[in-house]
Amino acid sequence: MIQSHPHSRKSPYPFWFFLPAAVIYGVLFLVPTVTSLWYSLTRWDLMTAQFIGLENFRQFFSEPFLVRGLFNTLVYALVTSGLKTVFGLLLAVLLSGQIFARGFLRTVVFFPVLVSSIGIGITFTVMMHPTRGIINEALGLIGIPGPGWLTNPSLALLSVALVDLWKGVGLATLIFIAGLATISPDYYEASRIDGATRRQQFWRITLPLVRPATVTVITLSLIGGLRSFDLIWAMTQGGPGFSSDVIASVVYKQYQAGFYGLSTAGNVILFLLVGIIILPLTFWFNRREVDQ
Amino acid sequence: MKQSRSLASGIVALIVATVIFILPFLFIALQAVKSKSEASRLNFALPKEWLFWENLVAVVEARNYQLLLAYFNSTVITVFSVSILVILSAMVGYVMQRRQSRWNGVAQVALLMGLMMPPAVVPTIGLLQSIGLFKTMTGMILIQVAYNISFSTLLYRSFIATIPRDLDEAARIDGAKPWQIFFRVILPLLKPVTVTNVVVQSIFVFNDFTNPLYYLPGRENITVQLTLYNFQSTYTSQYNLLFMNILLVTIPPLIVFIFFNRQIVTGMTAGAVKG
Amino acid sequence: MTRHLKYRLASACALIALLAAGPLRAETTLSFLIDNGPDTLVAAEALVEAYAAKHPDITIEIDQRPGGGEGDNTIKTRLATGEMADIFLYNAGSLFQVLKPEQTLHDIAGLPALANIAETFKSVSSAGGKAYGVPFGTSMVGGIFYNKKIYRDLGLSVPKTWAEFMANNEKIKAAGKVALVQTYRDSWTSQILVLSDYYNLQASVPDFATQYTANKAKYATTPAALKSFERLKDVHDAGILNEDFGAASYDDGLYVLANGDAAHYPMLSLAIGALQQNHPESLADIGFFAQPSDDASVNGLTVWMPPALYIPASSQHVDDAKGFLDFVGSVEGCKVLMGVNTVQGPSLIKGCDLPADVPPAVTDMLPYFKDGRTAPALEYLSPIKGPNLQQITVEVGSGMRLPADAAAMYDDDVRKQAQQLGIPNW
Repeated sequence: MIQSHPHSRKSPYPFWFFLPAAVIYGVLFLVPTVTSLWYSLTRWDLMTAQFIGLENFRQFFSEPFLVRGLFNTLVYALVTSGLKTVFGLLLAVLLSGQIFARGFLRTVVFFPVLVSSIGIGITFTVMMHPTRGIINEALGLIGIPGPGWLTNPSLALLSVALVDLWKGVGLATLIFIAGLATISPDYYEASRIDGATRRQQFWRITLPLVRPATVTVITLSLIGGLRSFDLIWAMTQGGPGFSSDVIASVVYKQYQAGFYGLSTAGNVILFLLVGIIILPLTFWFNRREVDQ
Repeated sequence: MKQSRSLASGIVALIVATVIFILPFLFIALQAVKSKSEASRLNFALPKEWLFWENLVAVVEARNYQLLLAYFNSTVITVFSVSILVILSAMVGYVMQRRQSRWNGVAQVALLMGLMMPPAVVPTIGLLQSIGLFKTMTGMILIQVAYNISFSTLLYRSFIATIPRDLDEAARIDGAKPWQIFFRVILPLLKPVTVTNVVVQSIFVFNDFTNPLYYLPGRENITVQLTLYNFQSTYTSQYNLLFMNILLVTIPPLIVFIFFNRQIVTGMTAGAVKG
Repeated sequence: MTRHLKYRLASACALIALLAAGPLRAETTLSFLIDNGPDTLVAAEALVEAYAAKHPDITIEIDQRPGGGEGDNTIKTRLATGEMADIFLYNAGSLFQVLKPEQTLHDIAGLPALANIAETFKSVSSAGGKAYGVPFGTSMVGGIFYNKKIYRDLGLSVPKTWAEFMANNEKIKAAGKVALVQTYRDSWTSQILVLSDYYNLQASVPDFATQYTANKAKYATTPAALKSFERLKDVHDAGILNEDFGAASYDDGLYVLANGDAAHYPMLSLAIGALQQNHPESLADIGFFAQPSDDASVNGLTVWMPPALYIPASSQHVDDAKGFLDFVGSVEGCKVLMGVNTVQGPSLIKGCDLPADVPPAVTDMLPYFKDGRTAPALEYLSPIKGPNLQQITVEVGSGMRLPADAAAMYDDDVRKQAQQLGIPNW
């Protein structure tokens, strides 16, 4: 894979830096995963695989609520990645400033990232209980009748997305904090002398210079949002009925049911969906980076 | 004036954070000190009897002190795989960011595939068996490296852009070899990202349960997240012990975070936004 | 290669042990994979301990796996890659057939214990005419748990028909109690009214299972089968359910039943174990009856089989593993199990009678068995069970989908499973 042209040998950025990573990644991830795609064309029970052409793909597209699942996947990914980016940046700015109890607050914001999804799923399911849940009890105190967060089919997915924000915003915040740390204080000093307000500083200095972190957070949380289902699984299992199913949870259900060929086909479809969204975005980000 | 304003905003933030972020943990902690039948009700009611110590002992002693073995195994896997990950992915991210070449496109697509494609379990087990790494810690460590390298590289790749190329040039003119430039000049400057990356990857690896479940079976190979299954099953869950176990396995990554959090602060000196 | 390495390590260890211990004795270690239910662990530990007392040369190490779909995948993956433990616990019936027993398991033909194991169990743990498993626990049933105290207070009697059942529900509701608990937060519980209705379905269509497997009978076009889905709509539309049926969990259901807030809970008898664990004081007030049909003369129980212990073809210690299975299948092994676990129904091992102090809910089941008024659940008569049943039943039970529509959807779900299994005619 690595070619050595005479001029590249002299480069301070040698390609052999790729080699150890490429070997581990190629052998243990890429080769088995790519070869397994063949199984999407078979009826597979892990022991024997029978070739059935594109039947799995036809079957996948006729799953109940597949259109809804596709729509849900996009909504979930956009809502979670959008909110994580915005709140992550705001929290990072707040927690990078000279603020009271900063270390404690950072730990508190980051703590949910550490806790297992199972525990968080159970906890929020209880807190979102329509009558006995603490959220609706609190709303009741100020006279607002709370909805059935997880039992109302049109609300369930958004409720899970909010919990996902709660669980994942610490990670986005941490990446933004690292990004803010690379901005030289001199910029702020100079702009303050020029009389810039804090708002102007945010838009003119912080936002443009924190861009590497923003790109990372958007990319990672968008891919994560398109593929993630662990919280959905822990909280609603795609329900009530099929109303909060996303592609990944449909695939997982098929896998659990032992439809290994079908779920591989579902993974191919999900992979293509993510690719269609992420690849153009990445190349657009890269071009902007080169332009700058 | 400024002092009191930042104090006030801090206090407001503290209250909001407490409500939004702490309440769920109160819930978890509360269940962890209840009796089995009280915890099965899953509510905010205070326990009749505080069984903190009893539940703690029950969880630690369960399955012949399995939790302690799990701490050990998970720690070994995490330390080794994160160390390898950090070095390898920083190297890849560095060359990818610095050097324009067609290999970059290939590497970029390969990386994104790593984020977008779910790994195939059965073919991977077959492969691990054929190279003698199945059910071994080495195999598990390498799997974690392979599965997390995309995320890690992506993080480095974007941040290396913030380090001026002039530094590389200067080092090169001083006669430094490529690996010396990288390890002596670039890597130290990447400290905030490295710290972030170490924190994030450690948590991913430490909290992983699907991969150990499939690639590291056997009771001597138990890892922390799999101990949760001791108390949660389809038909009967012992929520008090489950939540106690959740608390206990959350402590090591929390310590890692608190420790490294200081490092991030040191990295940023004067603070980004001055009030 | 790993196995060789392990072998070498094991023999090296054995050698050291030998040198250290002196007397010559062949030690064997068997691995034993069970699910993660606390009751399962207690039972497995008791069996292993009892067996070790008789066979000190054999050490059995228990390892646990998750339950549910994740557990199914663990089992299939480990069998497919030849990495299964020497002995493992898994369902009988349709899930057992999916394992391709003739390829992946070691049969236990000729095991002495088999002579004492009930035919009903052997039929659901055999393939190609050979037995593969011994039962781990008693049989279970599906039906309606009820609170006897509420029945006494309101002067109600156990209903023999669905109409009587609904009339009881109305009276209970009028008395200000929850008549029927449903707990769709744990969606698997929503299937019980459909699955436990199988006795009634079989009574009106005796060859339903065969016709269904052969792709001839459908839920949507068989009125008696469609009725099972209609029951869910009935209880929803009657307004007799707990207000939070969509958000309540299985544990919530047991709680309100046990403390007398609710009168009925359709459930499998495995709930007796959970009641014993969380509400032991209430067991005396909990009774059980079969899910009624429209006809008082058709009144019986749908029966589930316990999981079984199997030996994989890849085991290196088949004879020793068989020894343990023989013990578990014996009366002695059965008594050990009953000593630690709550009985959920009649025993499947001849000569292993229930203890005298079983909970009333179990006593209530026995007459049905005595009169032969039982039928196996459909999953033991047909290899096909659609994976989406629980989502579909949640929809019907919450009034989101009509029974006819749901039945047709389930028929389609079943088709996928039949094709996956390669059953002829699909």
